Amino acid sequence: MLVTQQEQLRADVTALVDRLGPGRSSLVPILQKVKTQYHGIDTDAMQIVADLLDIHPVEVYSVATFYAFLNPTAQGEFVLRLCRTISCELAGKEAIARQLETELGIAFGVTSEDGRFTLEWANCMGMCDQGPALLVNDRVYTRVTPETVREIAAECRAAYSGIASERKEGYLV
Amino acid sequence: MSIQTQGNTLTFASIDGDAGLKAALAMTRPDIIDTVSDSGMKGRGGAGFPTALKWNFAGSEKGDVKFIICNADEGEPGTFKDRVILSEFPDLVFAGMTIAARAVGATMGIVYLRGEYTYLRSHLNAVIKRRRAAGLLGDDVGGVKGFDFDIIVGLGAGAYVCGEETALIESLEGFRGEPRNRPPFPVVAGFRYAPTVVNNVETLASAACIFAKGIDWFKSFGTDRSSGFKLFSVSGDCAKPGVYEFPFGITVAELLKEVGGEAAKAVQIGGASGTCVPQAQFARRMAFEDIPTGGSVIVFGPQRDMLAVAENFLDFFVDESCGQCTPCRVGNARMLAAAEQLKRGTCSAEHLADMRELSATMQVASKCGLGQTSSNAFMSILEHFGDEIIGRPVQAESARS
Repeated sequence: MLVTQQEQLRADVTALVDRLGPGRSSLVPILQKVKTQYHGIDTDAMQIVADLLDIHPVEVYSVATFYAFLNPTAQGEFVLRLCRTISCELAGKEAIARQLETELGIAFGVTSEDGRFTLEWANCMGMCDQGPALLVNDRVYTRVTPETVREIAAECRAAYSGIASERKEGYLV
Repeated sequence: MSIQTQGNTLTFASIDGDAGLKAALAMTRPDIIDTVSDSGMKGRGGAGFPTALKWNFAGSEKGDVKFIICNADEGEPGTFKDRVILSEFPDLVFAGMTIAARAVGATMGIVYLRGEYTYLRSHLNAVIKRRRAAGLLGDDVGGVKGFDFDIIVGLGAGAYVCGEETALIESLEGFRGEPRNRPPFPVVAGFRYAPTVVNNVETLASAACIFAKGIDWFKSFGTDRSSGFKLFSVSGDCAKPGVYEFPFGITVAELLKEVGGEAAKAVQIGGASGTCVPQAQFARRMAFEDIPTGGSVIVFGPQRDMLAVAENFLDFFVDESCGQCTPCRVGNARMLAAAEQLKRGTCSAEHLADMRELSATMQVASKCGLGQTSSNAFMSILEHFGDEIIGRPVQAESARS
């Protein structure tokens, strides 16, 4: 089973390297994909990426640990990041934080035991006029209220993987 | 769904960037740079470096490999105008990048999009694809023989410091986002050590406007030393937060009236790295000659605790310092500790004096703009709101955590 997973990982990373090229510039995009797909970047993954890009694994570790969104620690399927910066603080992020903890049953910085949810703080995410803002994987929720926290959690629970919902809360046509 | 800007109508909406691109492509390369130079435009990201100078430096470098990077790593707290520009007016930005490429002789453009804006990527890629099909990107752009230029979108991964241009380049190259030593500046040795222009999203969009509407039109807005109009990201305690456009030189009071924030006791201008302006100074102007700004305006109502504001900013910087240089890594942590001591009522005046000295040290000794500016907000809040911050009642141990 473990070997199979590792083989799958190697195949996935190889496909990425083929597509993006073996240059150093591919490192961050590769790690982004690995993180999205596997919800973490373990030492096996770092070694495989290092082998295929022909760099030392510590280089991979150093980059993965630098960026907030590449955090190599295993995280949940849904990473909920609540903005803690000033405008969202003024808009009442503290009540949302408490409600998120209650609704999901986990504290900030913790991943739920079923591997479904991770709750984190984020720094300013550029939604300052519509705070409090919450990022669920790639999806942005704005003007979050304690009431909508329940809806957001329910949407995540109902969804399969990766996509929080089909509800367009974003800003695109 | 369209963007809710809640602000006023933006000039960008009425401008055909591709008309600007067409006009630029009819010019010689030195004429393009002269046009930007005559417009007096300064970078819209906040530092206010003259755009034409940057283009000229990169243009004068020898070599066929040059890059145009659009800095869409909009991470400054309270700033979100680039999000609106990229969502609603991406063609203006791409037209601006193409004009810059023509001016300096670049063949490749990269939009460095912050990780938090990942949801914009497919939208931008669709616009790029459409422009390629229309002959506005790719080989012989706009029918100009031998002018090949294309644009790709690169994603950031959640690091404020990558808004600094050399850190941004490191990140694009696949390294930790740690700022480089300068010189050499990116215009000489940037991405892959080739000459590289890094411009803010709004700068590039504004450049396209200048070519579409002319220098005189552009200079009819703003002040002598800060020409043109500027987008402001307004948030905090006001009735109508959103993205607003005003000419440079508008006073803080005038802006507050427009956004319904007249009751403010203070306004943070320029984001966490900017400066806190108290009510007594609301007659000051937002322009490079008075209060320079990238356009972030955070309004604080009369009930706000300014020490909590300072603490929030310092928390941010402690988290976002890349840790490469000591003044920034250690300095910010010391500043935050001092703010916490003030909150508990246990900070001596002697210690505060030390913090002021430390702030001055950070300003001169930090490697990049992050550490050079991160103590500004705390220091200006101390200066203007010392009365409500210094000498608070000592909190019991149980309340300290």
